[in-house]
Amino acid sequence: MKLSNTPAQRYLLRIADAALILSQRNAEWCGHGPILEEDLALSNLALDHLGQARALLTHVGKTDGLDEDQLAMLRLEQQFLNPVLFELPHGLHGQRDFAFTVLRNLAAATWFTLLWQRLLDSSDAEVAAIAEKSLKESRYHLQHATDWTLRLGDGTAESKARMQAALERLWPYVGELFEADAVDAAAEETKLGPSWASLQMEWRAQMNAVLGAATLTVPKDCANAHRGRVGIHSEHLGHLLAEMQYLQRAYPGGTW
Amino acid sequence: MAKSERWQQAWGRLAAVLDPEVPALSLVELGIVRELREESDGGFTVVLTPTYSGCPATELIEDEVRAALTDFAPLRIEQRRSPAWTTDWISAEAREKLRQYGIAPPSGMAAVSQPLRMHQAIPCPRCGSPKSERLSAFGSTACKALYRCTACREPFEYFKPI
Repeated sequence: MKLSNTPAQRYLLRIADAALILSQRNAEWCGHGPILEEDLALSNLALDHLGQARALLTHVGKTDGLDEDQLAMLRLEQQFLNPVLFELPHGLHGQRDFAFTVLRNLAAATWFTLLWQRLLDSSDAEVAAIAEKSLKESRYHLQHATDWTLRLGDGTAESKARMQAALERLWPYVGELFEADAVDAAAEETKLGPSWASLQMEWRAQMNAVLGAATLTVPKDCANAHRGRVGIHSEHLGHLLAEMQYLQRAYPGGTW
Repeated sequence: MAKSERWQQAWGRLAAVLDPEVPALSLVELGIVRELREESDGGFTVVLTPTYSGCPATELIEDEVRAALTDFAPLRIEQRRSPAWTTDWISAEAREKLRQYGIAPPSGMAAVSQPLRMHQAIPCPRCGSPKSERLSAFGSTACKALYRCTACREPFEYFKPI
């Protein structure tokens, strides 16, 4: 795995990995959805994110002669650059908490929608084209997550309490989405894409509006302690990759 | 520029390839085929665009295009992502074919911003009643949602505008 790791590659890998890892997480609901419609929805969401990740990974690897499969299946945990938020399990102690899934998808879709919008103006024509396609998909994801947030937040006492608890669990991880660093600065400089920090105000405004309408209380911010974007991950990513990469590592180059 | 007779023949073959997931329409009618070029070496280049990033039919579609033209001329297939595929490219005639097949065609033009029109009643493709309810925002494929007619009670698929 000889990836040059240029700032541009790292900027795009952060986005590709966010899509890939979230895809893998949402796909865990396949066959386990709380209702059939959600099984379908989460599988569809996962497929869209997988497609977005494939397009970006193909693009990132091109200059180094690496393909999407090598990047997805043969990188080690520390080489993944997604924010930690995307790799968290759906619930504690091996449980799948649908409330957490809904809220993470809301946070992610709001963020992806803002990011794709800005990437339409990327100086890299391929990145702009990927953003143009992905933006349409993320709008549907946002609609879906918003519907459920309103329904469960402003729902029964039980659903509201579970949504609030899930929101408290998720919130310490959102700060990482808006940390400024040299990779982002370089992307902004070359017009490859926006610094993620510049998405923060709009993201917060949109999240506050939906969470408020859902009668949920936005938790207090805390200092960000997470550094998935430089390859320092939670204990959960290794387990996720063990499952996702198993087949390619056991049977290198295997195809369907 | 007038197209050659060979181009017309190739186009005829291409226009007969049906979409694997929506076999009521051809790839040309769905707007998936963006361009057919006759090259100076006598071969053809077909430019395709994916419908959804993760559409599992993308590779199958390439295979079917290849199968339709491979004994005709040397063939190259390109994927072009921009401009992004939109249901706005499905003609009025093709929308009617969809409806007759039992899939409610996309209602109006694709949304360019929030909110998406997901909660409006979609006319039933079977009995024509304007009253329906959404059962599932996502359907059997990425491009469809599931609805039920409240008049004839039949469920039906709705091709989402995107």
